[in-house]
Parts: sequence; structure tokens; C-alpha cells
Amino acid sequence: MTSGNFKETYREDIKVFQTFFVKFWLVLFILIMLFLPFIADRYFIYLANLSGIAIIGALGINLLTGYTGQVSLGHAAFLAIGAYTAAILSSRFGIPFWILIFVSGISASLFGLIIGIPSLRLRGLYLVITTMAFQFIVEHVLFRWETLTHGDEGIALPVPSIAGFSFETDQRFYYLIFVATALAIITMKNVIRTRTGRALQALRDRDIIAETMGINLAKYKLLSFIGSSFYAGVAGALYAYYLAFISPDHFSLMVSIQYIAMIIVGGMGTILGSIFGAVFIILLPEMLGFMSRGIASHFPLFETGFGDVKNLVYGLIIVGFLIYQPDGLYGYWIRIKTYFKTYPFTF
Amino acid sequence: MGEELEYLIQTIMGGLSTGSVYALIALGFVLIYKATDVLNFAQGELMMMGAFFCFTAIVYFKLSFIPAFLLSLVFSAVIGFLINVIAIRPMVGKPVFSIVMITIGLATIFRSIVGLIFGHIEKPFPSPFPIEKAINIGGLYISMVHIWMISISIIFVLLFYLFFKFSILGIAMKAAANEQIATMLQGINIKKMFALSWGIAAITSTVAGVFLASASFIHCDMGFIGLRAFPAIVLGGLDSVAGGVIGGFTIGLIENLAGAYLDKALGGGVKEITSYVIVIFIMMIKPYGLFGKEHIERV
Repeated sequence: MTSGNFKETYREDIKVFQTFFVKFWLVLFILIMLFLPFIADRYFIYLANLSGIAIIGALGINLLTGYTGQVSLGHAAFLAIGAYTAAILSSRFGIPFWILIFVSGISASLFGLIIGIPSLRLRGLYLVITTMAFQFIVEHVLFRWETLTHGDEGIALPVPSIAGFSFETDQRFYYLIFVATALAIITMKNVIRTRTGRALQALRDRDIIAETMGINLAKYKLLSFIGSSFYAGVAGALYAYYLAFISPDHFSLMVSIQYIAMIIVGGMGTILGSIFGAVFIILLPEMLGFMSRGIASHFPLFETGFGDVKNLVYGLIIVGFLIYQPDGLYGYWIRIKTYFKTYPFTF
Repeated sequence: MGEELEYLIQTIMGGLSTGSVYALIALGFVLIYKATDVLNFAQGELMMMGAFFCFTAIVYFKLSFIPAFLLSLVFSAVIGFLINVIAIRPMVGKPVFSIVMITIGLATIFRSIVGLIFGHIEKPFPSPFPIEKAINIGGLYISMVHIWMISISIIFVLLFYLFFKFSILGIAMKAAANEQIATMLQGINIKKMFALSWGIAAITSTVAGVFLASASFIHCDMGFIGLRAFPAIVLGGLDSVAGGVIGGFTIGLIENLAGAYLDKALGGGVKEITSYVIVIFIMMIKPYGLFGKEHIERV
């Protein structure tokens, strides 16, 4: 009988469920999540839905930035491409929802492929500038190509339905997003465990050595871009359907920065981190709004300039986490876990 | 003289004056990048804050333009030092991505603080330059603001050139940017040099901000114009001062020309986007810019 959870083979090391307890807690968590709509109020469900969509998007950018080390400031642009693909095709041609989810992902990943091509020659800062330029170009096209996107006025989407069952309430949408998010997490977890995932991490850590070990840099960088933008496209399409209306304002540079903030706050290159970060960043304005209710009477700025206060807090969180807790919330999670695992010893 | 030619020349002058603002901002970018390997995404916000310092000094403290301008230079230099001490120095040795993200975070912070204090409405800047006036050169009317902006920024660029060429401090900063360990062995305080380059970058962007504000309006989202100086440094090469300046003027010119002649065909707003389209092409064809040092690694 071993005195801990020791691994003897590599297969054991990459197992999804390391111990029986992991499985147990996960099943309990899923059961709670499944029964949530029966007990929680509508506003809570609304936040849960937004968090679910953000988790899919955050997984996407974590694949590219966290696992592959390619910094992107254009994630909102990929979300926008997914969202507008769904919006335009559904409102003009009435293509069913379940097809469009995939079509949006694919159209976003085509653009990901195009933006990925310069990345074959560029690294670090140059890539940040390229993706930022892409972000601005997409924003601009959404505003100006009015025959296609209706510019400022935005596009309204029909209620999505699968085989006659329409997702018209927040509760029904909750299950849709729950399933989508779960699929996204399971897929990501398994991609990271395979050769592809390890190759991506190798090229993040030392690209030249990765190349000498027989990893085709061009192929894996492009794969990472495609995968990341596919996730973004699907998240964008779900977002568009959930809000039932989109305009270019939903996909500004600030949204890209928020997604970067998610993976910084959650933890770069971890799946749990993407989830923590996405939920944290989505709930942050709500927490702020809740707190400001108490002090708004003393500081009227909290009411009138709430958007600024929100952005200020995003900025402070990005800077603070990077300086003081670069591992993000995932780092805290690990620390808490080891504390209880080794209790009463401190190490 | 034909009307079309006059329009062309005025567009070119407008482009050069926008370009001079880009050139000044690009100068700041390159300074910091060369010295510390940090690409400062908050440069545009430094520019915006500098303009607001000057604005506050003139409007609320009733100073005249010159002392207000000098005061705002000092203030922004202090802000530059502070950024370096509080946010950048703890990050030494961390991955580039983290430092870039820190500057993006700082940009967000600055933008929202100024937005909270001054609101989001465009305000007229008490311009020291006679905006309405235009001088007549051979039947051509050229706005005084353009001439002022272009000439003053050329003077600033020259000053910086002389500073880096002849003053001990400037040469020490160049050394620190070039090779840190050898510089330290010469007895130069590297930390001081880094702080200085942040301060000087803040000063150049304040000059740019005050110009930009006096040519149009002052607004807390002005910093986004600073982001449009990125194409300039990419065109010139990230680590070349001369490249940044030339790139700045070129991008300003191209932007204005594209805005003037392509707007009708492509449905408006071409001016804001041309430079980003150029960036993507440069990145695909010649990623190290016209004057940048190529960085080659072979397996």
C-alpha cells in the first residue's frame, strides 16, 4: 500500500481522473450544476450562461497564449467573426442553429489560419502588434461594411432550436451552454494530453529545441491558431444567439484585453485556470456593482463613471496579478490543495 | 493653380503634421524598447495624460501656455519614472509577454482614471497656435498649425539626435541599450539609465499630446491615436530611432492620402485603418522593418 498518489508510468501521469476522489467531486459538481436552474433565480442563470460562454473563449485563448506562447490581442476579433457568421447566415438564410455553431467556428478558424501565417516568422512583440492590427481591422469592417453587418445598428438573431426544441428561456439556454462548455473542456483536456498538446508546450518553452526534436513548428503554430480561433468562433456564435442581438461594440479591443486578463488571472496554460479566470472576470462587474451600491451615495463617481471604474479594476487586476501572483488563481488553488493534503505539515 | 493640386498639397501637409505626432510618439516607443526591451503599450496614454496635465494647468490654474507646457513635461517625466519603479522594475527577467501585458494594464488604468476625472466629452484645447490663420505661399493656403507642428517636432527630433550623439548622458543611455553588462563594467548605473529612458519617452509623448490636442480636441481616448504610431515603428524597425521618425512621417502621409482619395470608394473611415493594413503586409514581407536589425536564429 502506497502512502500517497505516486505515479509509476507515464500513462498514469496523464490520466484525466487521478484518484477516485477527483471523480467523486466532479460527479457531485456536475449534479449540482444540472439542478442549478431549479433553485437559482433568472439573473444568476444569466451570469452562469455568460460565464460558460466566456469559459469556451478563454480556453481558446489559453490554447494559443497559455499553451503555445503566441500572444494574441485579437481574440475579440475571432469572437466577432464567429458571432457575425452566425448572425448573418441565420438572419438572412435561416440556416439551423446546430449547423451554424460549427460553421462559425470554421469561419473563425479560417481567419485564424490567415493571421497565423505571419506568426511563422514572427515572435513575441511582433505578433502582439499583428494581432492588434487584425483586431482594429475587423472592428472597422464591422462598423463600415453596412450592407453586410448593418454597422452600428447591429443584427438581431432568431431563437435557436434543435429538432423543434427551442431555447427561448435562460434556463433552456443554460443546458445548451452547459453541454457546449463541458464538450469544450473535455476536448481541450484531451488535446493537451496528446502528442499535439505536448508539441505545443514544447514550442512554447523553447522553439528551437522543439524543432530539433522533430516538431514541425509551422504546422503546430498554425494548428494552435486554428484551434484557438475555432473555440473563439463557437463562443462568439453562442454569445450572439444568447444575446439575440449583436453590434460591433460587443467586440472591441477592451474585450480582447478582458480575455487576456482571464487567463492571466486564472493561470496561463491550465484548463482549470481558464475556468477560474473566465468566471472571475465575468462576475467582477457584478461584484463591483454590488459593492458600489453601499458607497455610491458618498462617491457619486461610482454611479456615473461605472464603465471607467470597471476598466480601472481590470487594469489593476492585470498589473497586480502579473507582479504578485503570476500563477493566477490556479496557483492559489494548488497552494490550498497542498495545504490540506499535507496537513498538519506545512510542506 | 489647379484646385486638385491645391487639395493634394494640403492633404500632404496635413499628413506630415499628423506624421510629426506619430514620429514623436514613435521616438518614445523606440527609446524604451531599445533601452529596456519593453514595448510600451501605454505610450498613447502617456501622451493623453501629458496633454491633460497641460490642459489642467492652463484652464484650472490659469497659467499661460509656456509655463504650463514646461510643468506638464516635468509631471509626465515623474510619471514615467514612477511607472518604471512601480511596475517595470519588479518584472525584470520575466517573460516579454508579462511586461507587455503590464503596460496594457497600465494603459487601461490611466485611461479610466482620466475618464473618471474629466469625463468622456471632447473638450477644446486652449491652443497657443493660431488655428484659423493660414499663410499664403504662391497662392496656396497652408494652415499655421501644420507648419508649427512639423517644425517643432523636427526641432525635437534634432535635439534628441544631438543629445544621443554628443552628451555623456545620451551616450551612456545608448550604451545601456546596447550591452548591459559591458555598460555596468564602465561604471554606469543601468537602473538610472532605464528610469531616464522612461522619463524621456514620457516627455516626447507629452509634446506629441499637446500638439495633437491643440490641433483638434482633448479627449480621454486620445491614446488610441498613440496605438496608431505602432505601424510607424514597425515600418521603421522596432529598434531604430531614425526608422521610427521616418516611419512616423511616412505613415502619417499615407494615412492622409488614403483618407483623401480612397474614402469615397471604400465607404469612409479609411484613414484610421490604412496603417493597420500596412502593418499586416509589412509583417508578412519584411517583419524587421526598413531599418531594424534582423534577428536570425538557425537550427
